[in-house]
Amino acid sequence: MFEAVAFYLFAFLTISMFYVAVTTSQALYALSSLAAGMIFISAFFFILGADFLGAVQIVVYSGAVMALYAFGMMFFDTTRDVKEKQGNKAIILGLSVISALLIVVIVAAPIVGSNIEALYPVTEGAGNTQEVGMILFTKYLVPFEVAAVMLLVAMIAGIVLAGKKMDLSLTLMNEQEILRMREEDKNKKVLS
Amino acid sequence: METAYFVETIIKIVVILLIFSALAGIGTYFERKVLAFMQRRLGPVNVGPFGLLQVAADGIKLFTKEDIVPANVVGRIFKIAPVITAATAFMAAAAIPFLPSFTIFGYEVHPIVADINIGILYILGIMGVGLYGPLLGGMASANKFALLSAARAAAIFISYEVITGLSILAPVMMVGSLSLIDFNEYQAGGITDWILWSQPVAFVLFWIAAFAETGRTPFHLIANDHEIIDGFGTEYSGMRWGLFFIGEYANMFFISFVMALLFLGGYGDGSFLGALGLLAKVAFFFFFFLWTRAAWPDVRPDQLMWLCWKVLMPIAMINIVITAIVMM
Repeated sequence: MFEAVAFYLFAFLTISMFYVAVTTSQALYALSSLAAGMIFISAFFFILGADFLGAVQIVVYSGAVMALYAFGMMFFDTTRDVKEKQGNKAIILGLSVISALLIVVIVAAPIVGSNIEALYPVTEGAGNTQEVGMILFTKYLVPFEVAAVMLLVAMIAGIVLAGKKMDLSLTLMNEQEILRMREEDKNKKVLS
Repeated sequence: METAYFVETIIKIVVILLIFSALAGIGTYFERKVLAFMQRRLGPVNVGPFGLLQVAADGIKLFTKEDIVPANVVGRIFKIAPVITAATAFMAAAAIPFLPSFTIFGYEVHPIVADINIGILYILGIMGVGLYGPLLGGMASANKFALLSAARAAAIFISYEVITGLSILAPVMMVGSLSLIDFNEYQAGGITDWILWSQPVAFVLFWIAAFAETGRTPFHLIANDHEIIDGFGTEYSGMRWGLFFIGEYANMFFISFVMALLFLGGYGDGSFLGALGLLAKVAFFFFFFLWTRAAWPDVRPDQLMWLCWKVLMPIAMINIVITAIVMM
């Protein structure tokens, strides 16, 4: 009984939060309701008994939305409404409804079509965290490693974009060029 | 059975809420007294014996003050921000075993609200969400000092979450569980079994990060009096400000419990002496928060970021690698 109550409560809360996030024109409302919706989703994991995924959902998404807040601080006066440039409302509505329907069909079709069952039964005596680890390092090892490599690429790209003088390579320069560059840097510091 | 469990949980929640809300008030009294003695002052002396009723006087003041919502703020976010800080602090407490289980009137009580097997992850996650309070309060306040404080809260959140996560990873690898009760069992053999001795680096890192997560001096940047007035709290008055306050002090108590359970053996074998030991450890950690505030100046935000990314994070990574090699 409690499970059903909790499910409907959090389902209602999640949907209403995301509804606010989409419809409001106030950046702070949008961001806060997005964060709240993301955290409410973790409740479904807890109801299903997937405690580890629930906690990870909270940790990951609260951090991710926090980064969005930082952008919001940079680009908007968050206490004012944002003036949105809206084109043809009918086209926007139509396209979003069609894409939402498509996603539902894409996700639901294989479940209905081939009667998907849980192929990996629960291991006796293993906790929630161990289960995730086992499946991650056996069946899904390749996607896991690929994701790690992609994150590494993204990290290096971020460092190169944000760092200074990353377009110069010290190994390709000879001694005099390096010395001249250092001199220029010193002069710059004196001027500034 | 389900109804009994339901009633028991409700009672536990109410007890924890009442005790720690009161402790937050008494904590301010201790803070003022300890700071006063360390700085050769008297602290509160006038209200009641030894100034003890100062807590009640402050409470009356907070509750009866006019509740001001300034004109240009984002109303709903401004009002909900203090609630987030206070509520998440108490939500984190749901997975903390405060005492060993004991029997009262022939009924066995486990002093933990929800014994989930990923307790540490849950507590750290929810405590992290607690920083949304200062962030939202600061951004909604339409005040430049509050906005600065919000920016600092975001920076601390994003960076020090990494340190807490990485520093407890090495102990978690040793124990092989994320449950605080399992951590306690692992160290039940006495002082020599404490994880402090095998993971001193992780302990120090976690302790430093705890100061940042609770926003205490020397990392008290989000509400630094001499730079940005009261930061996110500048525009708040009355009990709205009081909720921020309760959240901060409750967080201090809860992170002290977490540190004692993770690294210092918790309640040991579950005897009465062990329970007293846990409370003594928590009291020491709480006292240390106050001691640091009396002894150290605040660092600058850039120093805080430097410390996080260039010192603490590499040390935490090296600690994990060495632990992994030793365990293999």
